[in-house]
Amino acid sequence: MQMNEYKPLIVAFCCNWCSYAGADLAGNNRLSYPADVKIIRVPCSCRVNPMFILRAFQRGADGVIICGCHPGDCHYTSGNYYTRRRMALLFSMLDYLGIERERTRVEWVSAAEGAKFAATMNDFAEKVAALGENKRLEDLRCKK
Amino acid sequence: MQRIGVFVCWCGSNIAGTVDVQAVSEALKSEPGVVFSTNYQYMCSQAGQNIIRDAIAEHGLTGIVVCSCSPRMHEATFRKTAAAAGLNPYMVEIANIREQCSWVHKDMPVGTEKAIILGKAAVAKVNLNTPLTPGETPVTKRALVIGGGIAGIQTALDIADAGFPVDIVEKKPTIGGKMAQLDKTFPTLDCAACILTPKMVDAAQNEKIRIFSYSEVAEVSGFVGNFDVKIKKKARFVREELCTGCGACTEKCPQKKVPNEFNLGMDNRRAIYIPFAQAVPKVATIDADYCNMLKNGKCGVCAKVCAAGAIDYKQKDELIEEKYGAIVVATGFNPISMEKFDEFAYNQSKDVITSLEFERLTNAAGPTAGKLLRPSDGKHPRTIVFVQCVGSRCASCSEKGKEYCSKICCMYTAKHAMLTRDKYPDTDVYVFYIDVRTPGKNFDEFYRRAVEEYGVHYIKGMVGKVSPEGDKLRVQASDLIAGKQLHIDADLVVLAAAIEPDKSARPLATMLTASMDTNDFFTEAHPKLRPVESPTAGVFLSGACQGPKDIPETVAQAGAAASKVIGLLAKDKLTGNPCIAHSDEMMCNGCSSCENVCPYGAITYIDKEFRMPNRTVAVRRVAQVNPAVCQGCGACTVACPSGAMDLRGFASGQIIAEVDAICK
Amino acid sequence: MKKSTEYLRDEILRSSGVNVKKCMRCGKCSGTCPAYDEMEYHPHQFVYMVETGDLEPLMNSKSLYRCLSCFACVDRCPRGVEPAKLVEAVRLSVIRRQGENHMKADDVPGMLDEDIPQQALVSAFRKYTK
Repeated sequence: MQMNEYKPLIVAFCCNWCSYAGADLAGNNRLSYPADVKIIRVPCSCRVNPMFILRAFQRGADGVIICGCHPGDCHYTSGNYYTRRRMALLFSMLDYLGIERERTRVEWVSAAEGAKFAATMNDFAEKVAALGENKRLEDLRCKK
Repeated sequence: MQRIGVFVCWCGSNIAGTVDVQAVSEALKSEPGVVFSTNYQYMCSQAGQNIIRDAIAEHGLTGIVVCSCSPRMHEATFRKTAAAAGLNPYMVEIANIREQCSWVHKDMPVGTEKAIILGKAAVAKVNLNTPLTPGETPVTKRALVIGGGIAGIQTALDIADAGFPVDIVEKKPTIGGKMAQLDKTFPTLDCAACILTPKMVDAAQNEKIRIFSYSEVAEVSGFVGNFDVKIKKKARFVREELCTGCGACTEKCPQKKVPNEFNLGMDNRRAIYIPFAQAVPKVATIDADYCNMLKNGKCGVCAKVCAAGAIDYKQKDELIEEKYGAIVVATGFNPISMEKFDEFAYNQSKDVITSLEFERLTNAAGPTAGKLLRPSDGKHPRTIVFVQCVGSRCASCSEKGKEYCSKICCMYTAKHAMLTRDKYPDTDVYVFYIDVRTPGKNFDEFYRRAVEEYGVHYIKGMVGKVSPEGDKLRVQASDLIAGKQLHIDADLVVLAAAIEPDKSARPLATMLTASMDTNDFFTEAHPKLRPVESPTAGVFLSGACQGPKDIPETVAQAGAAASKVIGLLAKDKLTGNPCIAHSDEMMCNGCSSCENVCPYGAITYIDKEFRMPNRTVAVRRVAQVNPAVCQGCGACTVACPSGAMDLRGFASGQIIAEVDAICK
Repeated sequence: MKKSTEYLRDEILRSSGVNVKKCMRCGKCSGTCPAYDEMEYHPHQFVYMVETGDLEPLMNSKSLYRCLSCFACVDRCPRGVEPAKLVEAVRLSVIRRQGENHMKADDVPGMLDEDIPQQALVSAFRKYTK
C-alpha cells in the first residue's frame, strides 16, 4: 500500500535541562520518532519567544511543539510557568486566526522521560500529519 | 563574515550506520560561511580533536560546527579543543546527529537528510555567534549537609577532614539516622551502634563541623559557590548550651504515654526525651504536642529537676542565615506504609511487623532489651515467617507499592533469619522470596550461610494471605518449586517493606531546583559518570536519597560527594556561565517587565545619563543585569516589549536563524 | 505462518486484556488462591502456560471450573497481571466451542439441594455455558 507521501515539518523547542535531555534519553534507548521533528535547544522553555513560533509557521513549519520541565521542576524555578501562560495566550490567538489547535502544543518532559518524549513526538507528528500542510500562516514569499 | 569549519563525526557506526557522514560534510560545504568541512571516525578522540585544532590554524576558522553526539555529552570537550587552538570556546556549536538523529531513525536517506538540516541550523547559528567570556564569582568556603544519617555524617567528616567548615542540618533531635536504629549490620554482623556512634562523636567534636539538630532548611537561594540558606532551628524548649544530657528530666516527667518513634511506637517515652543513650547532641527535647506545661501551663517538673537550668518553656523557633558554597543532600529513606497491604494483616495483628520493627525488637537498646518477644503477648515466637519484596517490584500502576527493587531487603532478611536461628535454635524460620538478590562483596556467601549453616527455610514463592487465628498467624503461601500451597501457623510475621525517599525530599528538591525522578529519588547529573552530582550545579547527592543503598554503598557515595564538594570549595573563583541576559540600553524603555519576571532578582534599574543631540543630556531609567546572579534562563528576553533584552549564546537572532534553516 | 494455538493464545490474551509478560513469577497468586488444592494447574501456572502457548492441557483441565473467580489473585498480584481474568478467558474459549458446555440445563435439578444458594447455580450456569 502506498502511504501518503506528505511529511510534515515540525519544530520542537526543548529546554536544555529536562526535555532536551529527555530527547537524548529517547535516543539512548533507541526509541524512534519521525524524522520530521527537528529540535532546537533553548536554555529554558521560557526563552521561546512567541515570535519564534510565528516565524516557524511563516517559514513553512506545519507544527511547533514546546517542551519544558514539569511544573515545579524548572531548573530556573519558574520559567515553565511563564511558558504555560504565554503559550496559552499565543495559542488562543492562533485559534482566533483559524490555526488548528493541534498544530501547537506545550508538553512537559523530564530528563528521565525518554519514552514520553518519543511517544509525544509520535503522537504530535501523527496529529499534524493528519491536518496536512500549514497553508494559512505560511508566507509564500519565503518559499524558494 | 565568519569562517566556519564543519566536523562530522561517525561515532564509529553509531552515527555512520544511519547517516551518510560523507554526504553530510559535502552538503554543509556550500552553506554560507563554511570554508572547511570534513568527517572523521571519532571526533572526540585525540586524533579527532587534532583535526579540529589543525583546521583552525590552517584555515583561520572563526567558528566551528561539530555534528556529533549530544552537546550534553561533548560540548565541553570541543570547547576546550577550540580554546586550545586559540578560538573562543563559545564559537563552537554542536549539531546533535546521534541521540536526536541516527539513534532514533533507522532509514539512511531519512537520517542523512535530517542530519544535514540539523547541521545547517548549527551553521546558521554559528554565523551569528560572538566570542563570550565567562565572568568569575567567588566561592564561599563552607558546605551544608542536609540530613544527619550515616550518609550525612560521613560526607561532613570527609569535607571537614580537608579543612573546610561544614554544617549538618538534621530534622530529628539527634544525628544518626536509620543506622542508629539497626541492631547488627550485614555481612559482617558488627553492631551498628559500635561502628556508628564513634562517627557521631567524631562529628560532634570536630571543630570544623557544626550540627544543627532539630532543624530544617527553610529557604535556599543563590547558586553554586554562593548559596544563601535559611535554616529553621525548631524550638526544643531546652537550651542546648546548658543541657548536660543527665536525663533527670526524662525520668521525672509525668507524661509517660508518648509513643516512642525511635522504637517505632513499640514502647513509650516521656514528653521530654533524649532519643537514645548515645544521641548527638546529647540534649533533651520537649515534645510540644504532649508536654502539659506547654499545652496548659500545668506542670514544670522538668524545670524543677534540671540542675543546669536548661529548660526554657518560652523558646521560639530560630531562623539562622548562612552562606554556603556547596550543598549535599543526604535526606535518606523510610520504609513505606504497610497500611494498604490488607492481605498481610499488618493493621489487624501486632505480631505482623516490618523489618525495621524487628530490628528494634532484637536490639539490646530496644523495647525488649534485645529479647525477641512477640509484641502482642511478650512470648517467644517459635515459628517466624519472613516475607520479602513487600511493596517492592510492583507494577508501575500499583497504588500500594513501588516499581523498583529496594535492594537492601534480601540481605537484612538473611541477617534477621540467621541471627534468630543463632540466638534461638529452637525457632523455625521461613523466608519467602521471589528472587534472592545478593550482588555485593561476601553477600551471597552470607545468604548461603543462613541456609546451610543456620538451617533457615528459604522457600521460592510468595505469601498470599496472613490471617490471625487465636494467638497464631495463619500464613498461606505458595511453594513454587514443590508445587504446593503451604499453610504455616506462625507466631510472628516480618514484612520486608520497600523503602522510599524521605517525605522532606520533595519540597527540598523544589527549593534547590534539583530534579527528581517519578519515585522522588534525586536524579544524578549522569547515571554512570556523574553519580553523586545533581544536575543543579553545586548540589551533591549522598546516600539513599538518590536510590536504595546499603551502608557500604552509602559510605562510598558519601565520600565521593565529599570529594566533589572539596574540589569545588578548593577553588577561589568559579567561572560562570557567559550565556546570560544583557540589555541594550538604547532600546530599553525602563518598563520593569524584565525585573518582574526574573526569578533571581538579577535585574535592577538605574538612572543613566545619555548624551542627546545638541549637547544635551537626558537621564533615562534602564535595566541592568547582574552577571554574577543571572543564570541565563531567558524569561526576561520574552517579557521585554521593546526587544532590548537578549540572551548571549541563545540570542533571538540566532534562534530565528536556526528556525529559518530548519524550515527552509 | 502462525500455528492455530498461537491464534488461540492471541485471542485469549486479547479477550482477557492480560499482559502475561508482566509476570515476575513470584507466585503470590497461587499463595493467595483459596481453591489451590482443588486445582490441577494453579494461577501462576496458568499465566506461564498461556505465555509459552501450552494451551491444550489447560483447556482440558478441570481447573478451569475450580476457579472461584474471587479475584484474590487479581487484587494481590504486585505486577497487576490479573490471573483470574486469564482463567476466565481460557474457560470462555473452551465453552465457546461447539458442544463444550461444561454444564447442561438437565444437570441443574440434580445439583439442587438445601445448602447451595440457587443464585450460585444460576451464575455457574451462566459462567460455564455458551
